[in-house]
Amino acid sequence: MPNPELLLASKHSEPMASGHSLCAGCAAGVIVRQVIMSVEDPVVVANATGCLEVCTGVYPVTSWNVSWIHNAFANVAATLSGVESAYRALRKRGEIPAREIKFVAFGGDGGTYDIGLQSLSGVMERGHDLVYVCYDNGAYMNTGVQRSSATPLGANTSTSPAGNLTSGKAELRKDMTAIAEAHGIPYVAQSSPGYYMDLMHKARRAFQTKGPAFLNVLSPCPLGWASEPTDSLVLARLAVDTCMWPLFEIAKGQFSLTYLPLEKKPVVEWLKLQGRFRHLFQSDHQNLIDQIQSGVDQNWQKILERAGSAVPSFAGPADSDRWGY
Amino acid sequence: MAKAAIDAGCRFYAGYPITPSSEIAADMSHLLPRVGGVFIQMEDEIASMGAVIGASLAGLKAMTATSGPGFSLKLENIGFACMAEVPCVIVNVMRGGPSTGLPTLPSQGDVMQARWGTHGDHSIIALAPSNLTETYWETVRAFNLAEEYRAPVILLLDEILGHMSERVELPDPSELEIFNRVAPQVPPEAYLPYATSGSHVPPMANFFTGYRYHVTGLTHDLTGFPTEDPEITEALMRRLDAKITDNLNGIIKYEETHLEDADIAIVAYGSVARSARVAVEQAREEGMKVGVFRPVTLWPFPGKQVAHLASHVKGLLVPEMNLGQIVGEVERVAGSTPVVPLNQANGQPIPPSGILTALRYMERK
Repeated sequence: MPNPELLLASKHSEPMASGHSLCAGCAAGVIVRQVIMSVEDPVVVANATGCLEVCTGVYPVTSWNVSWIHNAFANVAATLSGVESAYRALRKRGEIPAREIKFVAFGGDGGTYDIGLQSLSGVMERGHDLVYVCYDNGAYMNTGVQRSSATPLGANTSTSPAGNLTSGKAELRKDMTAIAEAHGIPYVAQSSPGYYMDLMHKARRAFQTKGPAFLNVLSPCPLGWASEPTDSLVLARLAVDTCMWPLFEIAKGQFSLTYLPLEKKPVVEWLKLQGRFRHLFQSDHQNLIDQIQSGVDQNWQKILERAGSAVPSFAGPADSDRWGY
Repeated sequence: MAKAAIDAGCRFYAGYPITPSSEIAADMSHLLPRVGGVFIQMEDEIASMGAVIGASLAGLKAMTATSGPGFSLKLENIGFACMAEVPCVIVNVMRGGPSTGLPTLPSQGDVMQARWGTHGDHSIIALAPSNLTETYWETVRAFNLAEEYRAPVILLLDEILGHMSERVELPDPSELEIFNRVAPQVPPEAYLPYATSGSHVPPMANFFTGYRYHVTGLTHDLTGFPTEDPEITEALMRRLDAKITDNLNGIIKYEETHLEDADIAIVAYGSVARSARVAVEQAREEGMKVGVFRPVTLWPFPGKQVAHLASHVKGLLVPEMNLGQIVGEVERVAGSTPVVPLNQANGQPIPPSGILTALRYMERK
């Protein structure tokens, strides 16, 4: 039986055309296409200020073949909640055709974890029927790679510099997926474009969910990660295979691990392909690497305990069909 | 600017990335740890301004830097700093607006926002340097004024100054005149945080020094506790205004070029003043008698000086990278002297040729 997401994607019109000015190897565009192509219904896209917004609508052209709004940096979720509420009211009053329309917001980690958190929290608490997708590249890439609360420990950014006095970012990253989950919304998931079927399947489930859905998607960034553009999807996969970025979903409170790496790789394999961690290998920073590894291990252990007996099996063809591995 | 801030004694920076001011944050993140200072990147603009206020109350000279959209978000807290009299420095590297506007292009569109952006009656100090050496000196002066008057001081730059490179001559930091907030001379039990004697500025006790007092954005009496008493409220409002408006000589700074024999004066500030000076050189070659009045202190506006100037010239030309903001202040004091606005709000600098064309037009009339 053909995979429903791939079948749909093959017939889907192009939501975001090429010709945009995202960097070579930027995962944001890949994520947007995979997310929107996983749903049949027309979508309204709201875009927080950030790389995606700046690079996809440069005058006088636009990449977007769908309705699109950009407001400010802090309020993409609030803006879309206004659109969604108005749509419901207009539809109820019969002033627009009773046609199903989906609403999706895209924000980077700055617009989601930091300045946009309050706005997103309000949307999740009020229960608007929309999907919020964070493309998490782990820093403010659009303004010149400043650290964000999504930046991993030890990463060099322009405001968490690695030098004689500091060793990159000194703090751990914020667990935004857990914050979304704590709102008790019906669907929360973490995904990666490296496992594209995982992402498309989750996006589809998010769109099918009545109420707010939150997708946290890792988005490799050659500029900010100082990595090779050709390594972006390699990094997107390695993040999962090192268990640095586990893939899971929480649907109506039910936790499911959606991918179990066959072999859990050491996190250095992910770190060493990125220039932002170069200093960890050049000077005596083994303790920091150990700290990063033990943070990953502890988190992974918690995830495994949560998944319990529901850990996916690789041997099962049903699973690999479902998730496309 | 980052170096000037540190030389002026700034030891705390809280900010949020925004073009075209992010370079200041990046520099501060490198420089502050070397002098035992604190750099924090906050989660948004509102938080940045909040942290600056907290750090200043705690006793560090504190600053933040931003641009239009971020400045809009900081304004509530700037009003708090006015009301609670918290010294701090806010840099706004102006870009085209409103909203996201033109992130990488210059503007002077926030001049009135700097003056009246936060709600309620208040006086404010805003400085607008026009080259990098002056940016250094005005940054130092901004910290001094903030400390002297216990007030937020706004530095208005624009994207041109924010991103330009030019030769600068910087002083030996040990030779700078640095003003530090006046500490209370009375023991903690006798301290009235908002009582003044002699000047309009109350002595300021830093946290951790044994002085306890109430800090609030509510209208308050001499103890700092909230009150709605009409007499106390009126007195507070008058004093907050008077501490700036009664000290104009200590705050206002301007530069006059070729004004001695001028028939036409250009009033220009910030990077536009650079074009104005070139235009004046060219106009003088054509035989026109023109000069430049350049306010370095934009707020409080040097109205008295411009009024005096207006009475000696036949016309005033006010070029601005906005749709006309400071020109209103000029018109207010110009009397019967004609005031000609020259406005451009398209993200492009106003070239000397544009100013020269306007001068020729005024000369013919």
